[in-house]
Amino acid sequence: MGYSGLRVIWEGLRGQTGWKPMWRDPTPKAEYDVIIIGGGGHGLSTAYYLAKMHGITNVAVLEKGYLGGGNVGRNTTIVRANYFLPGNSEFYSHSLKLWEGLEADLNYNVMHSQRGLINLFHSDGQRDAFVRRGNAMINQGDDAVLLDREGVRKYLPYLDFDNVRFPIYGGLLHPRGGTARHDAVAWGYARGADSRGVDLIQNCEVTGIDIENGVVKGVQTTRGAIRAKKVAMVTAGRSGQVAALAGMRLPVESHVLQAFVTEGLKPVIDHVVSFGMGHFYISQSDKGGLVFGGDIDFYPSYAARGNLPMKEHVMDAAMTLMPMIGKAKVLRSWGGIMDMSPDGSPIIDRTHVDGLFVNYGWNYGGFKAVPASGYAYAHLIATGAPHETAAGFRLDRFRTGQGIIDEEGTGSQHNLH
Amino acid sequence: MRINCPHCGTRDRREFTWSGADVALNRPAPDAGEAAWDDYVHLRENPAGASRELWYHDPCGTFALVERDTVTHLVGDAVLAEKVAR
Repeated sequence: MGYSGLRVIWEGLRGQTGWKPMWRDPTPKAEYDVIIIGGGGHGLSTAYYLAKMHGITNVAVLEKGYLGGGNVGRNTTIVRANYFLPGNSEFYSHSLKLWEGLEADLNYNVMHSQRGLINLFHSDGQRDAFVRRGNAMINQGDDAVLLDREGVRKYLPYLDFDNVRFPIYGGLLHPRGGTARHDAVAWGYARGADSRGVDLIQNCEVTGIDIENGVVKGVQTTRGAIRAKKVAMVTAGRSGQVAALAGMRLPVESHVLQAFVTEGLKPVIDHVVSFGMGHFYISQSDKGGLVFGGDIDFYPSYAARGNLPMKEHVMDAAMTLMPMIGKAKVLRSWGGIMDMSPDGSPIIDRTHVDGLFVNYGWNYGGFKAVPASGYAYAHLIATGAPHETAAGFRLDRFRTGQGIIDEEGTGSQHNLH
Repeated sequence: MRINCPHCGTRDRREFTWSGADVALNRPAPDAGEAAWDDYVHLRENPAGASRELWYHDPCGTFALVERDTVTHLVGDAVLAEKVAR
């Protein structure tokens, strides 16, 4: 049954007895048309769009833990389409459009809040770079507004505008950028996929990928062997291990990215603010906590927790940008396992094995990509051809050097992004 | 995290810069071909667990080959990378 305001009132009147679990807990079948390895945001959205857009419902999502227990539940919830390079630009633009219709599409409140994102700049040169980025965003059909110093002050009066090292010259406002409730995105897609017949199978770790004569035949799992016509890997930080089951080595390193949240406060930060010079960004959750983060720790890690030097760096940056934050108490910090690709851009592609697909390389930007990644991956799995918005995300671009998408302009090697 | 420098002993992680997996020590010949160079520059074991990797110790200017567990962050022995390099 659908969710609505009327339903909330009705259930309130009858003691909340009518709510049902949002998805089944099925036993794996012997065979599926498509198996998706990984029940995170990208895996669940892939399953949803396979069913919705392509009518492929004999699908299983295999998750070794619980649904949405990985990076989709560990990120800082930012949704934006402010990319610059062809390849990325059209993809994230498509994703933002899907976000804007997501709640109606899923009949699920993902608390998508287009509160605006402001990227700050601190020199004439950086302003020129942001003007160029803003023009690229407008050319893509998205929105960007250049703010001067006083324009920023109107929105963000609490910043230290006269910081000696990084005085604020202005900012690039992306009005349609914002945040969403991360867990709800996973749950909404899970519910949508389940209701269309997809089996969401939790506590089911894939331990082998069966390949015969270069064609994928199924997977071995902790809950037995399951055959499948097609197998789609989408396991973020664990992509290297899962691909190794198919005898592949990927261009990927898994690094830890930390995030932090303060105690709940009254509304004080109304936008998403990013301070690139300090590798710092911040927003305030609807619950009131200030949610912020910085750069990766810059060493590979699967620990899902980071070390003190980056914590200190992030706090330093926060105090540099907005001294008022020193009054807030940090409540928690955590880390996510980031699938870092050499050029900082993702991969959605076929592999050398027939029927085996790969989706990874989201670096530290996977959350906003959840809708478009699933949409494009489902298209690739169903039709065998890349979706037009993700045609640049090829696995072989590193080997050939063609089609590198180096958004940051730092080079296409590991440990540069 | 504290890391071992073969010259200076155990030092704070802040003194070090992570410089890549141990594959960096196996530089292929210039004419080794596309596959060998792809392997060297891009493809990674990316191990979850025991790992051998290069850390640059900034104060003494040494590349150390360090054993470290990527799941527990436990740091083991370190040797001079130049003693290992081909």
